[in-house]
Amino acid sequence: MQKYRLAEGGLVDRSQALTFQFHGNTYQGYVGDSLASALLANGVSIVGRSFKYHRPRGIVGAGAEEPNAIVQLGVGAESIPNAKATQIELFEGLTAKATRGWPSPGFDLGAINDLLSPVFGAGFYYKTFMFPKNFWEHYEHFIRRAAGFGLAPTENDPHRYAHHNAHCDILVVGGGPSGLMSALVSGATGARVLLVDDQWQFGGSLLSQSQIIDGKPGTEWVSSVVQKLQQMENVTCLSRATAFGFYDHNFVTVLEQSAPGSKKPADIRQRLWRVRAQRVILAQGAFERPLVFSNNDRPGVMLASAVSTYVNRYGVCPGNRGLVFCNNDSAYETAFELKAAGADVVAIIDSRKNIAESLSQKAVDAGIPLHPGSVVTNVMGKRQVKKAVVSKWDGKNVSATPHVLECNLIAVSGGFSPAVHLHSQSGGKNKWDEVNECFVPGDNPQGAVSVGSGNGTWLLRDCLNEALDVAVQVAGGLGFSDTAESVPDVADGMGPSVEPLWRVPTLDLPEKAPKQFVDFQTDVSVSDIRLAAREGFHNVEHVKRYTALGFGTDQGKLSNINGMAILAETLGKTIPEVGTTTFRPAYTPVSFGACAGENTGELYDPVRKTAIHSWHEQATSQFEVVGQWLRPWYFPKSGETLDQSVARECMAVRNSVGIMDASTLGKIDVFGPDAATFLERMYTHDIGKMKPNKCAYGILLGEDGMVMDDGVMARLEENHYYLTTTTGGAAAVYSWLEFWLQTEWPELEVYLTSVTDHYSTIAVAGPNSRKVVQAAGCDIDIEKTAFPFMSVRKATVADVPVDLFRVSFSGELAYEINVDSRYALHIWRHLVQVGGEYDITPYGTETMHVLRAEKGFPIIGQDTDGSITPVDLGMNWLLSNSKDFVGKRSLSREDSCRDDRKQFVGLVPVDGTSVVREGAQLITNTQVGPPTPMRLGSILIIIFAFFAINTVVFAE
Amino acid sequence: MLLIECPFCGARDESEFSYGGEAGISRPTDPDSLSDAQWADYLFMRKNPKGDHEELWQHTQGCRRWFVVVRNTVSYQITSVRKVTEVVRD
Repeated sequence: MQKYRLAEGGLVDRSQALTFQFHGNTYQGYVGDSLASALLANGVSIVGRSFKYHRPRGIVGAGAEEPNAIVQLGVGAESIPNAKATQIELFEGLTAKATRGWPSPGFDLGAINDLLSPVFGAGFYYKTFMFPKNFWEHYEHFIRRAAGFGLAPTENDPHRYAHHNAHCDILVVGGGPSGLMSALVSGATGARVLLVDDQWQFGGSLLSQSQIIDGKPGTEWVSSVVQKLQQMENVTCLSRATAFGFYDHNFVTVLEQSAPGSKKPADIRQRLWRVRAQRVILAQGAFERPLVFSNNDRPGVMLASAVSTYVNRYGVCPGNRGLVFCNNDSAYETAFELKAAGADVVAIIDSRKNIAESLSQKAVDAGIPLHPGSVVTNVMGKRQVKKAVVSKWDGKNVSATPHVLECNLIAVSGGFSPAVHLHSQSGGKNKWDEVNECFVPGDNPQGAVSVGSGNGTWLLRDCLNEALDVAVQVAGGLGFSDTAESVPDVADGMGPSVEPLWRVPTLDLPEKAPKQFVDFQTDVSVSDIRLAAREGFHNVEHVKRYTALGFGTDQGKLSNINGMAILAETLGKTIPEVGTTTFRPAYTPVSFGACAGENTGELYDPVRKTAIHSWHEQATSQFEVVGQWLRPWYFPKSGETLDQSVARECMAVRNSVGIMDASTLGKIDVFGPDAATFLERMYTHDIGKMKPNKCAYGILLGEDGMVMDDGVMARLEENHYYLTTTTGGAAAVYSWLEFWLQTEWPELEVYLTSVTDHYSTIAVAGPNSRKVVQAAGCDIDIEKTAFPFMSVRKATVADVPVDLFRVSFSGELAYEINVDSRYALHIWRHLVQVGGEYDITPYGTETMHVLRAEKGFPIIGQDTDGSITPVDLGMNWLLSNSKDFVGKRSLSREDSCRDDRKQFVGLVPVDGTSVVREGAQLITNTQVGPPTPMRLGSILIIIFAFFAINTVVFAE
Repeated sequence: MLLIECPFCGARDESEFSYGGEAGISRPTDPDSLSDAQWADYLFMRKNPKGDHEELWQHTQGCRRWFVVVRNTVSYQITSVRKVTEVVRD
């Protein structure tokens, strides 16, 4: 039974009923309804409980400004917490419940807090930290539960979210009359235009007001403009799309919702648009401000503009005995609309003494009693407005002889605040408009232009003219002109003629009077702001944080200006002196799903696999992630533990032969006549001494002298070098070399090419490695004398051309085969096959660590942390005395020469078998003997550590 | 999110670039002749202006060239973009 639904009118389709549930009760609404309008149509007056005091709360607004109707939408994995009922498009089967109020918003046990309200004043939360100390842990659980919002789902969201990059000449934010006019004119010039609007229907205020344009209802003009725009190939219109962030250089983020209703998980639920515009036109409109008076939070007190929206757009009359309370002209229209909708309008209470005669005459004609110079001082009716207490008001004081008017709806209007959010986010300042009592956008550093009511322009005709002028100017600035569009014919309207009324005084002190709410969502009242000021919080940013004014999911869209005005009054300052708090993204809440987009699960981070990965998988390798690489960690045989597997792999390398995929090493090809000169300046050792076909171990330092990376380099030809880097350092080293080459020595002719993925590296290590490489069909002499340690040769192995390196990271006789990655799997398989005779054993990174540790090789980036010099590492032998290199001078800085710097040492457990776990702390203790030399060929775990001692101890 | 005009590729989103700090710092030709204080001045001390700042950026996800940008640290407006070779260094 939609008892508050009007028989006709509005933009809902009464032929299409929708069934939905709110808190377990089943209701009906229509296609075109919001959840809020459907709830009002069904007479649901209490939609939630307030934040601190758990007072019953009803719907106040009709859009993004709504503070009270915060719901948990849907159930289970798909559930959306903290959605605003005013912004939810009704669909068949919708289920929602209030986020506060237990067991239900109508009957809430938390309401006890209202009786205890003196305890919960401003700064209450912070005070619990202090009085008494140490009691916070006892309070915390209860406070957090009592003050909670909606619940995040515990299961994974089955829906898809996506990101979309877009570019346009002109972005128009807001699809109300000003935005539509701007988009129409911009589009007609041929500019690429993107129009976004947060509602499911374009039209903005024209959907809510009974405006006549070109002699027809405003909504018809909206339809014709939208139709024109949709026919323009250069224009994209997005509804259900909220521009929520305005960043640098006209980068604007837009959250687009898909149409509501049941969805296949494969459908995209929300799309985050990353828009780069040449210019931005902001037509966001304005928010009506509530008035601040005692018990102004009672269900049934609504914004006048919201009442108009429910009547005109949704065909719902939120009350049948309405009272309008205002300080400006605009709310009169609401009174007339209520009356026309069949409601009884008991009075217009206007705080202004002098009202335009044409307006007062209209009220008389409509049969509505008008009370100029009056205010509502209090509201009766805890669960629904029952009576308004009205007093005379002379601009300073209220009379002590009030009278009472019975009503069940109070439509309030305290003037309008332009939505300066995006303008402010983009770096624009705001200025105080003395006439209209609001902040309006000032200059914008990014060239964004505000139009319409978002710019403090109130009359429809003025808005449309301004929108046209701005669009012509903005498009013209981008080289687009020629538009035949003109402003439609609009009747004269009324200006707001607002007179400030920031707070209705009470006969009692505000601290003694019934609560006068400023921020409904965070339960901040006048007395809280005054208390904060008394306690020394005078800066508006401090008051915000102390009282939570403007903190909620509505970000104070209704409360901020009123709060600042009341603070200004308390401090004896003007409103512009107090100023606004900072406007930050997001304008309205954005889901984590939209932020993540497709970057979840497998797509969260790229996974790099070597060319031999499929073999490792078949060999049931355990993998570890190194950088973005998946590297074989160890190759357990059935039933083996990590330790057992590593012991077996180590013994195989020490006693026969092992094979490892080292393809993840970074590889950089360095070529050019100045290659040697360049590398000489970058690496610490003498490059020039290295002849072609030879290899050398080298380290790179930062200019601060700290070890940055290391690796083996080979001179393939006179002007051709091949560098390897650590797996994790590959990208950084490449960038580092580029930095010096391009910015410091651009005169050097050197070409750098990253070839990490192009070549694969297979290490064959162990006493039998030579036999295996020979058996694999190596076509060159690799005996000791012909192919000595630290040499490189071109060769053919398994019929494939390779670069063969005689290097070792294990201390054993070893070869590293560098091969075009397309042949890597072939060579690997071949080596494993011919190595079968020697029981060739694949080994992973864990075994590699044991082997290198036993040999005393550090791993840069694992054993070092960017604060270690080569001297700390015991690598003095790598530092050339005969040349300069990056970082050299820093090694003689006072700090680098301290004799108490930590030194890199290897430690062997006394019992030879204990394993000290990573991250363990070793304590100086007389029971611990000095590190003992280790024997090759046996399994000993060495741990490396830095100690503040002078002795460098490497196992050998 | 800045829009940066790579002198080689054109205007691209900031996410394609890496920041390289103050531009125009020349490496001393004879570091050994410098006192610790002089070396530290080269190594550590950087301008921190409120206003125009000459800084290095690399088009990491594009052509990988380093270049010099003049960016206002207050407004984030970029007023000039030059190749490294076009900049006269101290």
